Amino acid sequence: MDRSMYVAMTGATQTMRAQAEVAHNLANADTVGFKAQMSAFQPLTVQGPGLATRVNGVAFGEGVDLRQGGQIDTGRTLDIAVQGNGWIAVQGADGTEGYTRAGDLRLTADGMLTDARGDLVLGDGGPISVPQSTQVSIGSDGTISAIPMGQTPNTVSAVGRIKLVNPPTGDLSMGTDGLMHLAGGATANADPAVSIKSGALESSNVNPSKMLVQMIELSRQYELQVRGLKGADENAQAATKLLQVT
Amino acid sequence: MFSSLWVAKTGLDAQQTRMDVISNNLANANTTGFKSSRASFQDLVYQNLAQPGAQTTEQTQAPSGLMLGTGVRVVGSEKLFTQGNIEQTGNSLDVAIQGRGFLQVTMPDGSISYTRDGSLHLDQNGQIVTADGYALSPTIAVPPSSQSITIGNDGTVSVSVPGQAAPQQIGTLQLADFINPAGLQPTGNNLYVETASSGSPQIGQPGLNGLGTLASGALESSNVNVVEQMVDMIQTQRTYEMNSKAVSAADSMLQYLTHNT
Repeated sequence: MDRSMYVAMTGATQTMRAQAEVAHNLANADTVGFKAQMSAFQPLTVQGPGLATRVNGVAFGEGVDLRQGGQIDTGRTLDIAVQGNGWIAVQGADGTEGYTRAGDLRLTADGMLTDARGDLVLGDGGPISVPQSTQVSIGSDGTISAIPMGQTPNTVSAVGRIKLVNPPTGDLSMGTDGLMHLAGGATANADPAVSIKSGALESSNVNPSKMLVQMIELSRQYELQVRGLKGADENAQAATKLLQVT
Repeated sequence: MFSSLWVAKTGLDAQQTRMDVISNNLANANTTGFKSSRASFQDLVYQNLAQPGAQTTEQTQAPSGLMLGTGVRVVGSEKLFTQGNIEQTGNSLDVAIQGRGFLQVTMPDGSISYTRDGSLHLDQNGQIVTADGYALSPTIAVPPSSQSITIGNDGTVSVSVPGQAAPQQIGTLQLADFINPAGLQPTGNNLYVETASSGSPQIGQPGLNGLGTLASGALESSNVNVVEQMVDMIQTQRTYEMNSKAVSAADSMLQYLTHNT
Protein backbone atom coordinates (compact mmCIF):
# COMPACT_ATOMS: atom_id res chain seq x y z
CA MET A 1 0.00 0.00 0.00
CA ASP A 2 1.19 3.48 -0.79
CA ARG A 3 2.25 5.04 2.49
CA SER A 4 1.44 8.54 1.24
CA MET A 5 -2.15 7.68 2.05
CA TYR A 6 -1.33 7.70 5.75
CA VAL A 7 0.30 11.11 5.47
CA ALA A 8 -2.89 12.43 3.82
CA MET A 9 -5.02 10.67 6.45
CA THR A 10 -3.05 12.26 9.31
CA GLY A 11 -3.38 15.63 7.61
CA ALA A 12 -7.15 15.25 7.25
CA THR A 13 -7.58 14.11 10.89
CA GLN A 14 -5.48 16.99 12.18
CA THR A 15 -7.36 19.50 10.01
CA MET A 16 -10.64 18.26 11.48
CA ARG A 17 -9.20 18.73 14.94
CA ALA A 18 -8.15 22.30 14.12
CA GLN A 19 -11.66 22.91 12.76
CA ALA A 20 -13.08 21.77 16.12
CA GLU A 21 -10.95 24.42 17.77
CA VAL A 22 -12.31 27.11 15.45
CA ALA A 23 -15.83 25.93 16.30
CA HIS A 24 -14.97 26.14 20.02
CA ASN A 25 -13.70 29.69 19.65
CA LEU A 26 -16.81 30.71 17.73
CA ALA A 27 -19.06 29.02 20.31
CA ASN A 28 -17.36 31.19 22.94
CA ALA A 29 -17.48 34.42 20.94
CA ASP A 30 -19.81 35.83 23.63
CA THR A 31 -18.31 34.26 26.76
CA VAL A 32 -17.09 36.78 29.32
CA GLY A 33 -13.30 36.78 29.78
CA PHE A 34 -12.76 34.00 27.23
CA LYS A 35 -9.35 33.78 25.58
CA ALA A 36 -9.16 32.30 22.08
CA GLN A 37 -7.37 28.99 21.69
CA MET A 38 -4.55 28.85 19.19
CA SER A 39 -2.84 25.95 17.50
CA ALA A 40 -0.46 25.55 14.61
CA PHE A 41 0.61 22.71 12.36
CA GLN A 42 4.10 21.40 12.82
CA PRO A 43 6.00 19.04 10.59
CA LEU A 44 6.70 15.64 12.15
CA THR A 45 8.97 13.39 10.10
CA VAL A 46 7.87 9.76 10.05
CA GLN A 47 10.60 7.66 11.62
CA GLY A 48 11.28 4.23 10.25
CA PRO A 49 12.91 2.30 7.44
CA GLY A 50 13.40 3.95 4.09
CA LEU A 51 14.12 7.50 3.10
CA ALA A 52 12.75 10.22 5.35
CA THR A 53 10.38 11.50 2.66
CA ARG A 54 7.18 11.36 4.63
CA VAL A 55 6.41 14.32 6.86
CA ASN A 56 3.13 14.45 8.77
CA GLY A 57 1.48 17.76 9.61
CA VAL A 58 0.40 17.63 13.25
CA ALA A 59 -1.57 20.27 15.15
CA PHE A 60 0.16 21.55 18.29
CA GLY A 61 -1.47 23.82 20.80
CA GLU A 62 0.10 27.23 21.11
CA GLY A 63 -1.83 28.04 24.26
CA VAL A 64 -4.26 30.89 24.35
CA ASP A 65 -4.37 34.28 22.71
CA LEU A 66 -3.71 36.60 25.67
CA ARG A 67 -4.81 39.80 23.99
CA GLN A 68 -7.33 41.80 25.95
CA GLY A 69 -11.00 41.61 24.96
CA GLY A 70 -13.24 44.61 24.70
CA GLN A 71 -14.72 46.19 27.79
CA ILE A 72 -18.48 46.11 28.34
CA ASP A 73 -19.98 48.49 30.88
CA THR A 74 -22.68 46.73 32.87
CA GLY A 75 -23.09 48.97 35.93
CA ARG A 76 -23.36 45.93 38.22
CA THR A 77 -21.09 46.46 41.23
CA LEU A 78 -19.93 42.84 41.38
CA ASP A 79 -18.77 42.83 37.75
CA ILE A 80 -15.05 43.50 37.45
CA ALA A 81 -12.75 43.82 34.44
CA VAL A 82 -8.98 43.54 34.81
CA GLN A 83 -7.29 46.55 33.22
CA GLY A 84 -4.20 45.66 31.22
CA ASN A 85 -2.29 42.56 32.23
CA GLY A 86 -3.24 40.49 35.22
CA TRP A 87 -5.54 37.76 36.44
CA ILE A 88 -8.13 37.17 39.17
CA ALA A 89 -7.18 34.29 41.48
CA VAL A 90 -9.90 31.71 42.13
CA GLN A 91 -9.99 28.29 43.71
CA GLY A 92 -10.73 25.66 41.05
CA ALA A 93 -13.09 22.76 41.65
CA ASP A 94 -10.11 20.53 42.47
CA GLY A 95 -8.93 22.94 45.19
CA THR A 96 -5.94 24.29 43.28
CA GLU A 97 -5.42 27.95 42.59
CA GLY A 98 -6.35 29.03 39.07
CA TYR A 99 -6.50 32.33 37.27
CA THR A 100 -9.29 33.79 35.20
CA ARG A 101 -10.30 37.05 33.56
CA ALA A 102 -14.02 36.36 33.77
CA GLY A 103 -15.07 38.90 36.40
CA ASP A 104 -18.82 38.34 36.69
CA LEU A 105 -18.68 37.66 40.42
CA ARG A 106 -21.55 36.81 42.72
CA LEU A 107 -22.32 36.16 46.36
CA THR A 108 -23.55 32.87 47.74
CA ALA A 109 -26.17 32.67 50.48
CA ASP A 110 -23.46 32.29 53.13
CA GLY A 111 -21.67 35.37 51.82
CA MET A 112 -18.82 33.73 49.90
CA LEU A 113 -17.62 35.58 46.81
CA THR A 114 -17.50 33.30 43.74
CA ASP A 115 -17.16 33.62 40.01
CA ALA A 116 -20.02 32.69 37.65
CA ARG A 117 -18.83 29.07 37.59
CA GLY A 118 -19.04 28.89 41.40
CA ASP A 119 -15.29 28.82 42.07
CA LEU A 120 -14.38 30.73 45.24
CA VAL A 121 -12.60 34.00 44.59
CA LEU A 122 -9.36 34.12 46.57
CA GLY A 123 -8.26 37.03 48.69
CA ASP A 124 -4.88 37.63 50.26
CA GLY A 125 -5.74 35.12 52.97
CA GLY A 126 -7.90 32.53 51.22
CA PRO A 127 -11.53 32.71 50.08
CA ILE A 128 -13.36 35.99 50.69
CA SER A 129 -16.43 36.06 52.86
CA VAL A 130 -18.64 39.16 52.81
CA PRO A 131 -20.82 39.74 55.89
CA GLN A 132 -24.55 40.49 55.50
CA SER A 133 -24.37 43.89 53.86
CA THR A 134 -26.52 46.38 52.12
CA GLN A 135 -23.93 47.65 49.67
CA VAL A 136 -20.82 45.90 48.41
CA SER A 137 -18.29 47.77 46.29
CA ILE A 138 -14.97 46.78 44.78
CA GLY A 139 -12.11 49.25 44.44
CA SER A 140 -9.59 49.46 41.63
CA ASP A 141 -7.00 47.48 43.62
CA GLY A 142 -9.51 44.73 44.40
CA THR A 143 -10.40 45.95 47.90
CA ILE A 144 -13.94 44.95 48.77
CA SER A 145 -15.82 47.27 51.07
CA ALA A 146 -19.24 46.70 52.50
CA ILE A 147 -21.79 48.51 54.62
CA PRO A 148 -22.95 45.90 57.16
CA MET A 149 -26.68 45.34 57.24
CA GLY A 150 -28.37 47.58 59.77
CA GLN A 151 -25.60 50.16 59.80
CA THR A 152 -25.33 53.66 58.40
CA PRO A 153 -23.16 54.39 55.33
CA ASN A 154 -20.37 55.86 57.49
CA THR A 155 -19.64 52.40 58.90
CA VAL A 156 -18.33 51.17 55.54
CA SER A 157 -15.44 48.83 56.13
CA ALA A 158 -13.00 46.82 54.04
CA VAL A 159 -13.76 43.11 54.23
CA GLY A 160 -11.00 41.76 52.04
CA ARG A 161 -9.01 42.21 48.91
CA ILE A 162 -9.25 40.10 45.77
CA LYS A 163 -5.95 38.47 44.94
CA LEU A 164 -4.81 39.88 41.61
CA VAL A 165 -1.73 38.33 40.08
CA ASN A 166 0.45 38.96 37.08
CA PRO A 167 2.85 36.04 36.62
CA PRO A 168 4.99 35.84 33.45
CA THR A 169 2.60 34.68 30.71
CA GLY A 170 5.07 32.00 29.62
CA ASP A 171 4.53 30.16 32.91
CA LEU A 172 0.75 30.01 32.52
CA SER A 173 -1.05 27.22 30.77
CA MET A 174 -4.71 26.38 30.51
CA GLY A 175 -6.08 23.48 32.51
CA THR A 176 -8.96 21.25 31.47
CA ASP A 177 -11.23 23.35 33.74
CA GLY A 178 -10.71 26.41 31.53
CA LEU A 179 -8.69 28.23 34.23
CA MET A 180 -5.07 29.22 33.79
CA HIS A 181 -2.60 27.43 36.06
CA LEU A 182 1.06 27.92 36.82
CA ALA A 183 3.37 25.12 35.75
CA GLY A 184 3.99 22.54 38.47
CA GLY A 185 1.01 23.65 40.60
CA ALA A 186 2.86 26.72 41.93
CA THR A 187 0.92 29.79 43.04
CA ALA A 188 1.65 33.34 41.99
CA ASN A 189 2.12 36.20 44.46
CA ALA A 190 -0.36 39.05 44.55
CA ASP A 191 0.76 41.95 42.38
CA PRO A 192 -0.29 45.40 43.65
CA ALA A 193 0.23 46.88 40.18
CA VAL A 194 -2.76 45.05 38.69
CA SER A 195 -5.85 47.22 38.60
CA ILE A 196 -9.48 46.40 37.95
CA LYS A 197 -12.58 48.34 37.05
CA SER A 198 -15.83 47.67 38.82
CA GLY A 199 -19.09 47.77 36.85
CA ALA A 200 -17.52 46.42 33.69
CA LEU A 201 -16.77 43.05 32.13
CA GLU A 202 -14.15 41.93 29.64
CA SER A 203 -15.70 40.43 26.54
CA SER A 204 -14.34 37.41 24.71
CA ASN A 205 -11.24 38.21 22.63
CA VAL A 206 -12.27 35.91 19.78
CA ASN A 207 -11.90 37.71 16.45
CA PRO A 208 -14.90 36.39 14.49
CA SER A 209 -13.69 37.45 11.04
CA LYS A 210 -10.32 35.81 11.63
CA MET A 211 -12.10 32.65 12.78
CA LEU A 212 -14.34 32.56 9.70
CA VAL A 213 -11.34 32.98 7.39
CA GLN A 214 -9.53 30.25 9.29
CA MET A 215 -12.59 28.05 8.91
CA ILE A 216 -12.59 28.48 5.12
CA GLU A 217 -8.86 27.87 4.98
CA LEU A 218 -9.17 24.65 6.98
CA SER A 219 -12.10 23.47 4.83
CA ARG A 220 -10.07 23.88 1.65
CA GLN A 221 -7.01 22.33 3.24
CA TYR A 222 -9.16 19.37 4.22
CA GLU A 223 -10.32 18.97 0.61
CA LEU A 224 -6.67 18.92 -0.47
CA GLN A 225 -5.91 16.15 1.99
CA VAL A 226 -8.88 14.15 0.72
CA ARG A 227 -7.57 14.67 -2.83
CA GLY A 228 -4.30 13.17 -1.59
CA LEU A 229 -6.20 10.14 -0.27
CA LYS A 230 -7.98 9.76 -3.57
CA GLY A 231 -4.74 10.15 -5.54
CA ALA A 232 -3.12 7.36 -3.53
CA ASP A 233 -6.19 5.22 -4.07
CA GLU A 234 -6.12 5.81 -7.85
CA ASN A 235 -2.43 4.94 -7.99
CA ALA A 236 -3.12 1.70 -6.15
CA GLN A 237 -6.00 0.87 -8.49
CA ALA A 238 -3.86 1.51 -11.57
CA ALA A 239 -1.12 -0.70 -10.15
CA THR A 240 -3.62 -3.50 -9.51
CA LYS A 241 -4.93 -3.23 -13.05
CA LEU A 242 -1.43 -3.38 -14.49
CA LEU A 243 -0.66 -6.57 -12.63
CA GLN A 244 -3.94 -8.27 -13.57
CA VAL A 245 -3.26 -11.39 -15.62
CA THR A 246 -6.51 -11.58 -17.48
CA MET B 1 -17.30 11.58 15.40
CA PHE B 2 -16.55 15.07 14.20
CA SER B 3 -16.43 17.23 17.31
CA SER B 4 -16.80 20.57 15.44
CA LEU B 5 -20.43 19.75 14.76
CA TRP B 6 -21.17 19.26 18.44
CA VAL B 7 -19.05 22.19 19.56
CA ALA B 8 -20.88 24.49 17.14
CA LYS B 9 -24.17 23.03 18.38
CA THR B 10 -23.36 24.15 21.94
CA GLY B 11 -22.73 27.64 20.53
CA LEU B 12 -26.11 27.63 18.77
CA ASP B 13 -27.82 26.39 21.95
CA ALA B 14 -26.20 29.11 24.07
CA GLN B 15 -27.14 31.90 21.67
CA GLN B 16 -30.68 30.53 21.48
CA THR B 17 -30.96 30.69 25.28
CA ARG B 18 -29.56 34.21 25.28
CA MET B 19 -32.12 35.23 22.67
CA ASP B 20 -34.88 33.79 24.90
CA VAL B 21 -33.59 35.86 27.83
CA ILE B 22 -33.44 39.02 25.70
CA SER B 23 -36.98 38.44 24.38
CA ASN B 24 -38.26 38.03 27.92
CA ASN B 25 -36.52 41.25 28.98
CA LEU B 26 -37.97 43.17 26.05
CA ALA B 27 -41.43 41.74 26.61
CA ASN B 28 -41.23 43.02 30.18
CA ALA B 29 -39.82 46.45 29.34
CA ASN B 30 -43.01 47.98 30.74
CA THR B 31 -43.67 45.62 33.64
CA THR B 32 -43.75 47.34 37.03
CA GLY B 33 -40.91 46.22 39.29
CA PHE B 34 -39.42 43.87 36.67
CA LYS B 35 -35.70 43.15 36.92
CA SER B 36 -33.84 42.27 33.75
CA SER B 37 -31.96 38.99 33.41
CA ARG B 38 -28.63 38.24 31.83
CA ALA B 39 -27.50 34.90 30.47
CA SER B 40 -23.94 34.13 31.47
CA PHE B 41 -21.73 31.73 29.54
CA GLN B 42 -18.74 29.60 30.46
CA ASP B 43 -16.44 27.55 28.27
CA LEU B 44 -16.87 23.80 28.69
CA VAL B 45 -14.12 21.45 29.86
CA TYR B 46 -11.10 20.93 27.66
CA GLN B 47 -9.90 17.66 26.21
CA ASN B 48 -6.24 17.25 26.90
CA LEU B 49 -4.72 15.75 23.75
CA ALA B 50 -1.10 16.57 24.58
CA GLN B 51 -0.02 17.63 28.05
CA PRO B 52 1.86 20.92 28.14
CA GLY B 53 5.09 20.54 30.07
CA ALA B 54 5.29 16.79 29.53
CA GLN B 55 8.81 15.41 29.32
CA THR B 56 9.83 14.91 25.72
CA THR B 57 13.19 13.54 26.85
CA GLU B 58 14.79 13.41 30.25
CA GLN B 59 16.08 16.96 29.84
CA THR B 60 13.44 18.65 27.73
CA GLN B 61 9.77 19.45 28.10
CA ALA B 62 7.04 20.08 25.56
CA PRO B 63 6.62 23.88 25.50
CA SER B 64 2.94 23.60 24.74
CA GLY B 65 0.29 20.94 24.59
CA LEU B 66 -2.91 20.54 22.68
CA MET B 67 -6.03 21.35 24.60
CA LEU B 68 -9.17 20.97 22.58
CA GLY B 69 -12.19 22.90 23.82
CA THR B 70 -15.63 21.34 23.72
CA GLY B 71 -17.81 24.43 23.44
CA VAL B 72 -19.83 26.69 25.65
CA ARG B 73 -22.65 26.36 28.13
CA VAL B 74 -25.07 28.68 29.84
CA VAL B 75 -24.28 28.68 33.56
CA GLY B 76 -27.30 30.67 34.52
CA SER B 77 -29.50 33.61 33.90
CA GLU B 78 -29.06 36.03 36.75
CA LYS B 79 -31.40 38.84 37.65
CA LEU B 80 -29.80 42.27 37.80
CA PHE B 81 -31.23 44.02 40.83
CA THR B 82 -30.44 47.59 39.88
CA GLN B 83 -32.97 50.27 40.73
CA GLY B 84 -35.65 50.96 38.13
CA ASN B 85 -36.94 54.46 37.47
CA ILE B 86 -39.53 55.87 39.83
CA GLU B 87 -42.66 56.90 37.98
CA GLN B 88 -45.13 59.24 39.65
CA THR B 89 -48.68 57.95 39.39
CA GLY B 90 -50.49 59.99 42.03
CA ASN B 91 -52.40 56.92 43.19
CA SER B 92 -52.12 56.82 46.99
CA LEU B 93 -51.96 52.99 47.06
CA ASP B 94 -48.97 52.81 44.71
CA VAL B 95 -45.62 52.43 46.44
CA ALA B 96 -42.15 52.29 44.93
CA ILE B 97 -39.24 50.86 46.91
CA GLN B 98 -36.25 53.17 46.71
CA GLY B 99 -33.25 51.04 47.58
CA ARG B 100 -33.09 47.46 48.79
CA GLY B 101 -35.98 45.32 49.91
CA PHE B 102 -39.08 43.46 48.83
CA LEU B 103 -42.71 43.59 49.88
CA GLN B 104 -43.91 40.33 51.40
CA VAL B 105 -46.94 38.68 49.87
CA THR B 106 -48.96 35.84 51.43
CA MET B 107 -49.77 33.29 48.75
CA PRO B 108 -53.08 31.38 48.73
CA ASP B 109 -51.25 28.33 50.16
CA GLY B 110 -49.94 30.38 53.08
CA SER B 111 -46.32 30.61 51.90
CA ILE B 112 -44.58 33.95 51.53
CA SER B 113 -43.44 35.39 48.20
CA TYR B 114 -41.56 38.62 47.61
CA THR B 115 -42.20 41.38 45.09
CA ARG B 116 -41.01 44.84 44.10
CA ASP B 117 -44.27 45.58 42.32
CA GLY B 118 -45.97 48.12 44.57
CA SER B 119 -49.25 48.62 42.73
CA LEU B 120 -51.46 47.83 45.71
CA HIS B 121 -55.24 47.58 45.88
CA LEU B 122 -57.99 47.05 48.42
CA ASP B 123 -60.13 43.93 48.37
CA GLN B 124 -63.78 43.62 49.42
CA ASN B 125 -62.75 43.30 53.10
CA GLY B 126 -60.65 46.44 52.99
CA GLN B 127 -57.40 44.47 53.09
CA ILE B 128 -54.38 45.78 51.18
CA VAL B 129 -53.60 43.27 48.40
CA THR B 130 -51.38 43.08 45.31
CA ALA B 131 -52.69 43.39 41.76
CA ASP B 132 -53.27 39.62 41.82
CA GLY B 133 -55.35 39.87 45.00
CA TYR B 134 -52.80 38.32 47.35
CA ALA B 135 -52.67 39.90 50.81
CA LEU B 136 -49.55 41.65 51.99
CA SER B 137 -47.77 40.33 55.05
CA PRO B 138 -48.28 41.63 57.73
CA THR B 139 -51.92 42.14 56.78
CA ILE B 140 -53.30 45.65 56.92
CA ALA B 141 -57.05 46.20 56.90
CA VAL B 142 -58.52 49.59 56.14
CA PRO B 143 -61.62 50.49 58.20
CA PRO B 144 -64.80 50.80 56.08
CA SER B 145 -65.42 54.41 56.91
CA SER B 146 -62.01 55.77 55.99
CA GLN B 147 -61.72 58.64 53.55
CA SER B 148 -58.16 58.63 52.29
CA ILE B 149 -55.10 56.42 52.74
CA THR B 150 -51.56 57.67 53.16
CA ILE B 151 -48.42 55.52 53.08
CA GLY B 152 -45.40 57.16 54.64
CA ASN B 153 -41.72 56.81 53.70
CA ASP B 154 -41.21 54.42 56.59
CA GLY B 155 -44.19 52.27 55.62
CA THR B 156 -46.67 53.71 58.11
CA VAL B 157 -50.20 53.37 56.72
CA SER B 158 -52.68 55.91 58.06
CA VAL B 159 -56.25 56.75 57.15
CA SER B 160 -58.41 59.75 57.83
CA VAL B 161 -61.74 58.91 59.40
CA PRO B 162 -64.73 61.32 59.17
CA GLY B 163 -65.30 63.22 62.37
CA GLN B 164 -61.70 62.84 63.56
CA ALA B 165 -59.15 65.55 63.05
CA ALA B 166 -56.04 63.39 63.48
CA PRO B 167 -55.35 60.61 60.99
CA GLN B 168 -55.54 57.12 62.40
CA GLN B 169 -52.56 54.78 62.04
CA ILE B 170 -53.67 51.31 60.95
CA GLY B 171 -50.44 49.43 60.33
CA THR B 172 -46.95 49.42 58.88
CA LEU B 173 -45.67 47.94 55.61
CA GLN B 174 -42.51 45.92 56.17
CA LEU B 175 -39.73 45.08 53.78
CA ALA B 176 -37.61 41.93 53.52
CA ASP B 177 -34.05 41.94 52.24
CA PHE B 178 -31.71 39.14 51.14
CA ILE B 179 -27.94 38.96 51.12
CA ASN B 180 -28.05 37.61 47.55
CA PRO B 181 -31.21 38.88 45.82
CA ALA B 182 -29.93 37.41 42.52
CA GLY B 183 -30.42 33.99 44.11
CA LEU B 184 -34.18 34.48 44.48
CA GLN B 185 -36.29 32.33 42.22
CA PRO B 186 -38.67 34.28 39.99
CA THR B 187 -42.05 32.54 39.89
CA GLY B 188 -43.87 34.86 37.51
CA ASN B 189 -46.54 37.42 38.43
CA ASN B 190 -43.71 39.74 39.55
CA LEU B 191 -43.09 37.40 42.49
CA TYR B 192 -39.95 35.79 43.83
CA VAL B 193 -39.50 32.98 46.32
CA GLU B 194 -36.66 32.38 48.73
CA THR B 195 -34.08 29.73 47.80
CA ALA B 196 -31.04 28.24 49.51
CA SER B 197 -28.86 30.56 47.45
CA SER B 198 -30.70 33.78 48.31
CA GLY B 199 -30.28 33.35 52.06
CA SER B 200 -33.03 33.92 54.58
CA PRO B 201 -35.06 37.14 54.61
CA GLN B 202 -34.09 39.99 56.95
CA ILE B 203 -37.34 41.72 57.77
CA GLY B 204 -37.47 45.29 58.93
CA GLN B 205 -39.05 48.67 58.72
CA PRO B 206 -38.43 50.65 55.51
CA GLY B 207 -35.63 53.17 55.87
CA LEU B 208 -33.97 51.41 58.77
CA ASN B 209 -31.00 49.02 58.76
CA GLY B 210 -30.11 49.67 55.14
CA LEU B 211 -33.55 48.88 53.79
CA GLY B 212 -34.96 51.17 51.13
CA THR B 213 -37.63 53.76 51.75
CA LEU B 214 -41.10 53.76 50.26
CA ALA B 215 -42.31 56.42 47.86
CA SER B 216 -46.07 56.67 47.92
CA GLY B 217 -47.92 57.71 44.76
CA ALA B 218 -45.19 56.25 42.57
CA LEU B 219 -44.25 52.95 40.97
CA GLU B 220 -40.86 51.44 40.15
CA SER B 221 -40.67 50.85 36.42
CA SER B 222 -38.85 47.95 34.79
CA ASN B 223 -35.03 48.26 34.86
CA VAL B 224 -34.68 46.86 31.33
CA ASN B 225 -32.38 49.04 29.24
CA VAL B 226 -34.00 48.67 25.83
CA VAL B 227 -31.03 49.99 23.84
CA GLU B 228 -28.69 47.58 25.59
CA GLN B 229 -31.07 44.71 24.84
CA MET B 230 -31.14 45.70 21.16
CA VAL B 231 -27.34 45.71 20.96
CA ASP B 232 -27.27 42.36 22.75
CA MET B 233 -29.81 41.03 20.28
CA ILE B 234 -27.68 42.02 17.28
CA GLN B 235 -24.64 40.42 18.88
CA THR B 236 -26.60 37.24 19.63
CA GLN B 237 -27.94 37.03 16.11
CA ARG B 238 -24.53 37.42 14.50
CA THR B 239 -22.87 34.94 16.85
CA TYR B 240 -25.66 32.50 16.06
CA GLU B 241 -24.99 32.94 12.35
CA MET B 242 -21.28 32.35 12.79
CA ASN B 243 -21.92 29.16 14.72
CA SER B 244 -24.30 27.90 12.06
CA LYS B 245 -21.53 28.66 9.56
CA ALA B 246 -19.26 26.37 11.57
CA VAL B 247 -21.90 23.62 11.35
CA SER B 248 -22.18 23.98 7.58
CA ALA B 249 -18.37 24.07 7.16
CA ALA B 250 -18.04 20.84 9.16
CA ASP B 251 -20.87 19.34 7.15
CA SER B 252 -19.32 20.24 3.81
CA MET B 253 -15.99 18.76 4.90
CA LEU B 254 -17.65 15.44 5.69
CA GLN B 255 -19.62 15.62 2.47
CA TYR B 256 -16.46 16.17 0.47
CA LEU B 257 -14.86 13.20 2.18
CA THR B 258 -17.73 10.80 1.42
CA HIS B 259 -18.05 12.01 -2.20
CA ASN B 260 -14.39 11.73 -3.02
CA THR B 261 -13.26 8.48 -1.50
